[in-house]
Amino acid sequence: MTRTTTTTRTTPAIGAAMTRIEGPDKVRGSATYAYEYPLDAVAYCCAVGSTIAHGRVRSTSADAIRQIPGVLEVLSHANAPRLAISDGSELAVLQSDRVAYRRQIVAAVVAESFEIATEAAGALEIEYDVEPFAVELKSDDPDLYRPDKVNPGFPTDTEAGDVDGALRSAAHVVDHTYRTPAYHNNPMEPHASIAVWEGDDLTVFDSNQGASPVRARLAELFGLPTGSVRVVSEHVGGGFGAKGLPRPVVVLAAMAARVVDRPVKIAVTREQMFAFVGYRTPTIQRVQLGADAGGRITAIAHDVIEQTSTIEEFAEQTAVATRMMYAGASRRTTHRLRRLDVPTPGWMRAPGECPGMFALESAVDELAIATRLDPIELRLRNDPPTDPETGAPFTSRNLEACLREGARLFGWSQRHAEPRARRDGRWLVGTGVAASTYPARARASKATAWARPDGSFDVELCAADIGTGARTALTQIAADALGAEPRRVRLGLGDTNFSEAPLAGGSMGTSSWGWAVTRACEGLRARLAAANGSVPVAGLAVEVDTKDEIERRAQRPAHAFGAQFAEVRVDEDTGEIRVARLLGVFAAGRIVNPMTARSQLIGGMTMGISMALLEASLLDREYGDYLNHDLAQYEIATCADVPMVEAHWIDERDDFVNPMGAKGVGEIGIVGTAAAIANATYNATGVRVRDLPIRLEKLIG
Amino acid sequence: MRRFEYLRPLDRARAVDLAANPEVKLLGGGTNLIDLMKIGVETPEILVDTTRLGLDEIESRVDGSLRIGASVRNTDVASDRRVRARFPVLSAAVLAGASGQLRNMATVGGNLLQRTRCAYFQDVTKACNKRKPGSGCPAQTGANRELAILGGSEHCIATHPSDMAVALRALDASVLVETEKGAQTIPLADFYRLPGDRPDIETNLPYGALIVAIDVPAPVDGARSSYMKVRDRASFGFALASVAGVLRVADGRVAHVALALGGVAPLPWRARIAEAHLMGAPADPDHFHAAIDAELQAAQPRPENAFKVTLARRMVVRVLTELVGRGEVGVAPS
Repeated sequence: MTRTTTTTRTTPAIGAAMTRIEGPDKVRGSATYAYEYPLDAVAYCCAVGSTIAHGRVRSTSADAIRQIPGVLEVLSHANAPRLAISDGSELAVLQSDRVAYRRQIVAAVVAESFEIATEAAGALEIEYDVEPFAVELKSDDPDLYRPDKVNPGFPTDTEAGDVDGALRSAAHVVDHTYRTPAYHNNPMEPHASIAVWEGDDLTVFDSNQGASPVRARLAELFGLPTGSVRVVSEHVGGGFGAKGLPRPVVVLAAMAARVVDRPVKIAVTREQMFAFVGYRTPTIQRVQLGADAGGRITAIAHDVIEQTSTIEEFAEQTAVATRMMYAGASRRTTHRLRRLDVPTPGWMRAPGECPGMFALESAVDELAIATRLDPIELRLRNDPPTDPETGAPFTSRNLEACLREGARLFGWSQRHAEPRARRDGRWLVGTGVAASTYPARARASKATAWARPDGSFDVELCAADIGTGARTALTQIAADALGAEPRRVRLGLGDTNFSEAPLAGGSMGTSSWGWAVTRACEGLRARLAAANGSVPVAGLAVEVDTKDEIERRAQRPAHAFGAQFAEVRVDEDTGEIRVARLLGVFAAGRIVNPMTARSQLIGGMTMGISMALLEASLLDREYGDYLNHDLAQYEIATCADVPMVEAHWIDERDDFVNPMGAKGVGEIGIVGTAAAIANATYNATGVRVRDLPIRLEKLIG
Repeated sequence: MRRFEYLRPLDRARAVDLAANPEVKLLGGGTNLIDLMKIGVETPEILVDTTRLGLDEIESRVDGSLRIGASVRNTDVASDRRVRARFPVLSAAVLAGASGQLRNMATVGGNLLQRTRCAYFQDVTKACNKRKPGSGCPAQTGANRELAILGGSEHCIATHPSDMAVALRALDASVLVETEKGAQTIPLADFYRLPGDRPDIETNLPYGALIVAIDVPAPVDGARSSYMKVRDRASFGFALASVAGVLRVADGRVAHVALALGGVAPLPWRARIAEAHLMGAPADPDHFHAAIDAELQAAQPRPENAFKVTLARRMVVRVLTELVGRGEVGVAPS
């Protein structure tokens, strides 16, 4: 027996700018990512995508391909192992001859090397029965329908008061349609998996945002007890939502490994990142705002059109933020979908809020111009004291503080309200503002805290660090709950051998996992105290599950808020547009780690610059897929496009949202950025761009 | 990606010998060819690396011209003191292209021969007359924002992606090549072909030719030059339009002018019509406007790229106006 003491330290670990624990390993290249686990006798799998957008696979030249030296097997719907589902999911890989979209996986080659697999995949000939397809989202499409709910479970439509009547009698009305194109997530590390079977036990090394849900889904698909599946995801090179749920490749890896009876590796190519691992739906959004003579909003309508696939439904919650952003006696939001012959859209950083707030915050700027009010003043006049839908008080709502502090830091008072009032040589200079918001939620999680005889601690849960710094933030949270120095805490995550935990998504990671870590560490601390600090050789462990606590607590509207300010420069002759400055102020609760939180916020804002000016997945109307499918053709901001991005936060602690008082920061940074830039572009040029991206031809047309 | 053989000859005779094999592709810095091999657009049996043939010098010649070896890296061209002093348009054009890392790898010979970035050309699952003659050109009615407004045909409207070649075209450079039959000089004016009905044949390079060097003739006395490029992002993007301008003004009139446009045509486009209008004309914006308007009479914009006509016009006027107005040569930042 040894004795372990925990004492309350005077300096909390939460709030310290602690560098990433795994940073040195990543810099040295010794952090192992999914594709890199060294295994003997590994085979390589290459997925083959359909070259038609709709129809059936009639036959393949698999027999000829199997004769190529080094090829182990060719999989197609004709011979792939049967899964527990045959349709209704993107994960029903090779379960039928149906082709639902161009580039959908219709075959796969397994070979001795990556090179052989790729070459053989390229040589595989596939005959199709071709059927007509529809891939283009149109606002007047007669086949638009009303989904039962929008992601993840919000009502599809809401209505209060008499919107049309209020718009008719309003002193000022804006009524415009805004469009955003499809976007592909494209994390730095493409999806990758290695599957290994030992009897009926499956181990998968996989790049995802949540190993526990991947395990559950694989067990279901392959008809295995959950305990027979282990998923290891220790390091993940980004996800942005694309890795939130299992994708076809992890299923394919497990299937291929079963068939060839060897470990099988599969890595999604960059080209395939534009095919079957998710993307953000394009949107067509009509926003109508009515206001009285004093600039108080009387009517809000936000009607959204977006797409889903014929395989499964995904309905982005684009207008949901509009339900709580501003008051107005009459309010309406609707979502309509069209099932097209396209891949199923999915989560991408701030699904719903990101495209929706581009439209709403652009419309608010247009209303400011109509009412001749400063756009900050207009927002302040319409900042509701309670949630407009429920009347309940927000757990905290510091939008006003963000707007005011942002205005001060940015120098908003220097602004000219009239467009084209500022220039610097040939450059027109303008500034704009937009609000940001993102829900502050938490999911139930388990966590285990261990005391070791040497005075150290192991805190273990199947959380995901997708590059955000979660491992470090959770170490800080654990250290404070234990009353220990962070260096005495080892944080284990990304392995289903640890306590089950929810995925990294919805900006809920730190909140959900941190909550469980806090409770586990508190529990361990109590047990240590009861045992007078004595720790057996095997260690002392406490596992908790926050399910009951989270289900029991009262429901209140909880959101993070922010304000983003942009200065853009537009070349009057060429229409070239550059963001000179971007500044955000956020109210996101207690900031657990200012270094990693800042990276999350400026990362989101930078992605917002790309959304505003560059990003767009181009629909190929003739072939039915997305035409640009590499990072040369799908442009994102380079360093030269991001001269100065600042993220600040106000002092906020929201003890309702979780025991740490912290709201998530992973997504709010991209919410409102594109609107701030579009609003600044209008201020610079007098041209209002309502369809993203803002490209030069829209300014010199 | 298909398996291939890689050879790295150490003398030119051997390289020329190898180049006569139809299965051979010559490799420079590999910044375009290797990408095209990965996506299956190029499938050579044999790659012959040309970077160890002693063609990596920039040589000043007595007539005031520069001879730039074919395997000189783009970065070394852009930073060469002689290039910067005598041909600032060339240095600026090279620096406007790609990224630092790519310029460190890319050779000038390879730069001349890089392929279009037309999305259809780069997707082997789709039709493209340049990649597969006779298969069609979906760009005519499809995604053509980045594509040509001048010199295209019903078979192809791809643009040539090089910045460097646009400057060289304005500088009346020529290309030195060697084949089994001997050495040959091809003026850049005759080097590239318009697509017509054979967009797969992009140059007039003789069969089995090895590019040895590029000759840039002595600069015109008293002329200034600059390069302006417009693209969607601030760096690492292909030109929506670019302009290489060389201008000498005497007594308020144009005494020498060379104008080449990039990003608007299947080859670096020498604006001969505009030049003819400008020679001897007053060097003022009105005349610049009239000259480029005459050039762009022939433009055939597609639905998505009509803006390039306006853009090219404004850029040419600006480049010329700035060349008149400034004492020093330079590049318009983009």
